[in-house]
Amino acid sequence: MTAFLDALLLQAGYNAALVAIGAGLLGFAAGSSGTFLFLRKRALVSDAVAHATLPGVGLAFILMVALGGDGRSLIGLLAGSAVTAWIGLLLIEWIARRTRLAEDAAIGAVLGVFFGLGIVLLTVIQAMSAGRQAGLESFLLGSTAGMLFQDAVVIAVGGTLAVLATWLLRRPMTLVAFDSDYAAAIGYDVRRIDLLMMGLVMAVSVIGLKLVGLILIVAMLIIPPVTARFWTDRSNRVIWIAGGVGGAAGYLGAVLSASAPDLPTGPIIVLVAAAIFVVSLLFAPERGVLAAVLRHRRFQARVHRRQGLLALAAQHLIREPYTLRLLAREGLVRPDGVPTEAGRAQAAKIARDERRWAVAREIHQDAGLTGRYDGLTPIEEVFTTDEIAEFDRRLGPPVPVNPAVGDA
Amino acid sequence: MGAEFVQFSLTPILIGTFAAIACALPGNFLILRRQALIGDAISHVVLPGIVVAFLITGIVAAIPMLLGAAGAAIVAVILIEAIRRLGNIEPGAAMGVVFTTMFAAGVLILEQTDTSRVHLDVEHALMGNLESLVWFRAEGWHSLLDPAALATLPDELGRIAVACAIIVALTLVFWRWLKIATFDEGFAQALGIPAAALGFGLVVTAAIAAVAAFDAVGSIIVIAMFICPPAAARLMTNRLEHQIWWSVAFATLSAVLGYVFAGYGPLWFGGENAVSAAGMIAAVSGVILGLACLYGPHRGRVGVGKEEAAA
Repeated sequence: MTAFLDALLLQAGYNAALVAIGAGLLGFAAGSSGTFLFLRKRALVSDAVAHATLPGVGLAFILMVALGGDGRSLIGLLAGSAVTAWIGLLLIEWIARRTRLAEDAAIGAVLGVFFGLGIVLLTVIQAMSAGRQAGLESFLLGSTAGMLFQDAVVIAVGGTLAVLATWLLRRPMTLVAFDSDYAAAIGYDVRRIDLLMMGLVMAVSVIGLKLVGLILIVAMLIIPPVTARFWTDRSNRVIWIAGGVGGAAGYLGAVLSASAPDLPTGPIIVLVAAAIFVVSLLFAPERGVLAAVLRHRRFQARVHRRQGLLALAAQHLIREPYTLRLLAREGLVRPDGVPTEAGRAQAAKIARDERRWAVAREIHQDAGLTGRYDGLTPIEEVFTTDEIAEFDRRLGPPVPVNPAVGDA
Repeated sequence: MGAEFVQFSLTPILIGTFAAIACALPGNFLILRRQALIGDAISHVVLPGIVVAFLITGIVAAIPMLLGAAGAAIVAVILIEAIRRLGNIEPGAAMGVVFTTMFAAGVLILEQTDTSRVHLDVEHALMGNLESLVWFRAEGWHSLLDPAALATLPDELGRIAVACAIIVALTLVFWRWLKIATFDEGFAQALGIPAAALGFGLVVTAAIAAVAAFDAVGSIIVIAMFICPPAAARLMTNRLEHQIWWSVAFATLSAVLGYVFAGYGPLWFGGENAVSAAGMIAAVSGVILGLACLYGPHRGRVGVGKEEAAA
């Protein structure tokens, strides 16, 4: 526990602090720049982009060694990965636009083929004399051991630029995500904006390669926006909430992994993000599962209460246990189903409401108002007192509620 | 093409071919149903399935691992469906959430347990190890008739051959149902075909293919096998029967050429070491798809004019 607190407060050593800050920044950048890809319903493009970085890493290494360099320069490797990821993106876009294949097929094809090429290049590198200690495999699952200050700077600068670009481009990207035809009609170049959207994701994938690896960076691009979507219906808030979720997951995940042995950073970050997602899925207001269950229960109770009272008014016996419990709890019936004084009054009120609605639907012309009849809404919420007085006039004078069955 | 070929290349080529065909058959239907990325999700969750199976049984044996992986695939499909419905989230994002989380859990469990003594590591799971599946006892073509030598064939060959046969049989048995339900689900339901169960069965079949092929070609390259040959076949014809045949042909071609290029290609360029065969198979299937995209007779989208398509 103390190890966890130390790490949380960045007291667990230079490397752990660097990793925690880097992971937090990366999470923020990935969450916010993944938002529009998710809103555009193309979240899995990021999967293809991430896998398409692998051949670039291999090619860059081979090229740098061939030019007499070390081959392990991070900037060089990342530049290489950006090039092939961009080629992968263009290919997805080209296949989906030019051929009859759907976008999902294009994504899967690019993902599998580029990853295969990458593996081929890795085996080529293993055979090179300079490649024995290249450690390029760490790009698959990421590695935080030996993270340098320079790496953290790459993440910080790149991440800031990505968030900034997301914020600046939020208007065209929102338009394209929600209504691309309208965006095209008012003169935006939809294709270019789509490419920009994917380019941002590519940039974040590239800077995150070293830390979480190319297979798990996808999670940081998808899970935070999906999570954020539960909490708000406004796209510009989704950006920041997704950034916050991603940042929290990155920071907490890195801290957790530093506080105990054998906890690899990348997977822990993803699992923390997944935990936040599950909590949001269950407990978010409005869109969460719990909220939906409560909404359903309230609706059910209203229907049963109303039907129960109508049955009382018609002097039917209520046999359904849930309705009985519901009415008994309000003191409207006795446990044996006999209505109380209050129950008879309520039943009369509901029955009058039903009759008024029947008249309203017969004589009123406005379907927008009469269409609101759902057997639950009190008529006072829809019509004015004058109108209701008119319905009552047509109904005639009030009739007394007959004594309940049990009293007879 | 003598003894050495039989010893070192025959079994990997056969395994690669069976794996490619086993994946391509369900892949045809996944592509037509726009569920191509289910293959992506399944191939990622194979790893956690295998790791959990190892944790429970404590042994590295084929059957528990196959069961574990198939179980993980089914769990993943159920989770994806649950998140999609409960959270009202589009299927792609739901998939992304589920398979990355399960993959991360798999890596974590793998790191937490002492697997140094067993042959189970992430890179192997991702990349496959086709080259190592050699037939040591073979001395030439005549070994194919020698029971003692045949008994030492790699187990993987038998497994993938059985899996491939099962998938071919399933495709034949459910052919009419699959065809109708893929193109017109409403009509299929009207005929009384259990379309939802059929869709789930298709995904499970894909999982079986992925798991069986995983042994040989690794989990990621399975995706290429699911998608590339059927996608290329889709651009060659408008008839489902022909598309299936094209996809089988492309899958076989990718497996054979891929293995040959990986094993012998570097020697032609003066290199000494072979490169990853699984990776090369995926690359060849990608080249085939690329050629089909450029020259396939039915590559265009219906309704797109020539000028627009050329732009």
